[in-house]
Amino acid sequence: MSTTSLTSAPHAADPPQTAVPDDADLPVVGRRHPWRWAGVAVVLVLLAMFVHGLATNPGWDWPTFLQFVTTRTIFSALWVTIQLTVYGTVLGFTLGAVIATMRLSTSPFLQVVAWGYIWAFRSIPLIVQLLFWFNIAYLYQELSLGIPFGPEFVQFSTNNLFGALGAAVLGLALHQAAYAAEIIRGGIISVDQGQLEAAAALGIPRLRQFFRIVLPQAMRSILPNGANEVISLFKGTSIVSVMAIPELFYQVQVIYGRNSRVVPLLMVATVWYIVLTTLLSVAQFYVERHFARGTARELPPTPWQRVRRTWRAAR
Amino acid sequence: MIDVRGVHKSFGELDVLKGVDLEVRAGTVTVILGPSGSGKSTLLRSINHLEKVDRGLIRIDGELMGYRRRGNKLHELREREILRQRSQVGFVFQNFNLFGHLTVLQNVVEAPVSAQRRKRGEVEPLARELLDRVGVGDKADAYPRQLSGGQQQRVAIARALALRPKVLLFDEPTSALDPELVGEVLDVIKELARDGATMVVVTHEIGFAREIADTVVFIDGGRIVESGPPREVLDNPVHERTRAFISKVL
Ligand SMILES: Nc1ncnc2c1ncn2[C@@H]1O[C@H](COP(=O)(O)OP(=O)(O)OP(=O)(O)O)[C@@H](O)[C@H]1O
Ligand SMILES: [Mg+2]
Repeated sequence: MSTTSLTSAPHAADPPQTAVPDDADLPVVGRRHPWRWAGVAVVLVLLAMFVHGLATNPGWDWPTFLQFVTTRTIFSALWVTIQLTVYGTVLGFTLGAVIATMRLSTSPFLQVVAWGYIWAFRSIPLIVQLLFWFNIAYLYQELSLGIPFGPEFVQFSTNNLFGALGAAVLGLALHQAAYAAEIIRGGIISVDQGQLEAAAALGIPRLRQFFRIVLPQAMRSILPNGANEVISLFKGTSIVSVMAIPELFYQVQVIYGRNSRVVPLLMVATVWYIVLTTLLSVAQFYVERHFARGTARELPPTPWQRVRRTWRAAR
Repeated sequence: MIDVRGVHKSFGELDVLKGVDLEVRAGTVTVILGPSGSGKSTLLRSINHLEKVDRGLIRIDGELMGYRRRGNKLHELREREILRQRSQVGFVFQNFNLFGHLTVLQNVVEAPVSAQRRKRGEVEPLARELLDRVGVGDKADAYPRQLSGGQQQRVAIARALALRPKVLLFDEPTSALDPELVGEVLDVIKELARDGATMVVVTHEIGFAREIADTVVFIDGGRIVESGPPREVLDNPVHERTRAFISKVL
């Protein structure tokens, strides 16, 4: 690879060239990695075969793919999917944070409530829960606010309270909260006890201890798992197609139901799932890097920095 | 300044402190010696109420730690008041416990600003001064993991000093350090002693104890076996137990 010379500038009184140079003056040759290059070659060949297959096999039906991939219907379906993901994530992680804090509190009552919540929502299959919310009007026609078993002040009809989309968001968020709670709790308990002790010894107020000292360090382990959850929720939103909500997966099903071009339309959905997952993964990389400050003596360069460095070195 | 009276503490079945009395006068240095597991850390942690004692009282500068007396009853203080009391006691841990995600300067500034509600603009120059004083002034913007152990411990000392504490407690401040780095941390503590700080230091460095201690306390099995000036306790111990320990450590 690169060859760096450590030789210093020649001295005026250098001995004649026949002399054997000192070890310290010898040029350094970087270590070679032949197996890495072999690996790269194998992967490139496999990739080329795959791409060739995609391009030449008529079964993929790229014209149909292109015809649909950027249509209005697909975009509005994608937007529904994004909304479901964003609401599910925000509500899920907010509620999850509350539940995690409850489980970590010193109050046995709060601990039991939090544990019970997590137990319940991890036990019920998501699809069952979604169908339940979708059909809630069948069980309870009205919800009302008032004194328990006493007079009622306000009444809602359950059908108006949440439409199909609302029911889907509610179901996803409640489900997500149970998992988010455990991820957040896991992050918090992974922070060294000494950090809390030092904060307490310094007299730092309780909330500040949590938000300034513990949480930023907990984020290190919350983030990879959290990002996993967001991404799996993003694709998992396809499950709400059972509620006839026009999100991405439901919409492509509708279309190939009409024109029976199953493969290219599944590719339309897949490509959009891939694009957005890629964006999320890139975002994850940079957010994680932000919270990694101080954890290593020096952070490794980002891929982008690496590319620029190699480019500059090559010129 | 510090007044410890009849302190008992047990963890479940294990009695760790069995009636400890200790008085530390203002401006003096007390060194606590004793074998491992004798309760030194527990005693130190009780003084700033990181550990709640089962029986006995601890006063700092006349103020009861963790309780308020009303009539003939002691009422437990609320968390916020305990935190305020703690911010008057500087504590230096064996393993530094610096906040890894904050820079050195942020580590020092954090508590004066959030616990004592002082102005950031006023605390920062002070913090830099303290960092200079302990010899890490050029590291203000580094993260703790970019420092050597000795530098980290000196930052921890600056962090404790930034609260302008009435007393400073050190729990084996040098035992996580390489022998070469021990000296630089002890020098900082010696300097503080010369400036008249009130300190309690748990350490195994007998030479250091002899040099700076006004009082040496030897503790074993949760009881103070012997205490007095270093000349007496270190050079002419009365108790067999003290003699055996010191001859082993030396
Ligand atoms: N939180 C705790 N729960 C149970 N036992 C504890 C706890 N903290 C300390 N102990 C026990 O109390 C005893 C005294 O511990 P302490 O840390 O005070 O000893 P020490 O004198 O500081 O020892 P060392 O010199 O090794 O630091 C030990 O036997 C220890 O195991
Ligand atoms: Mg100890």
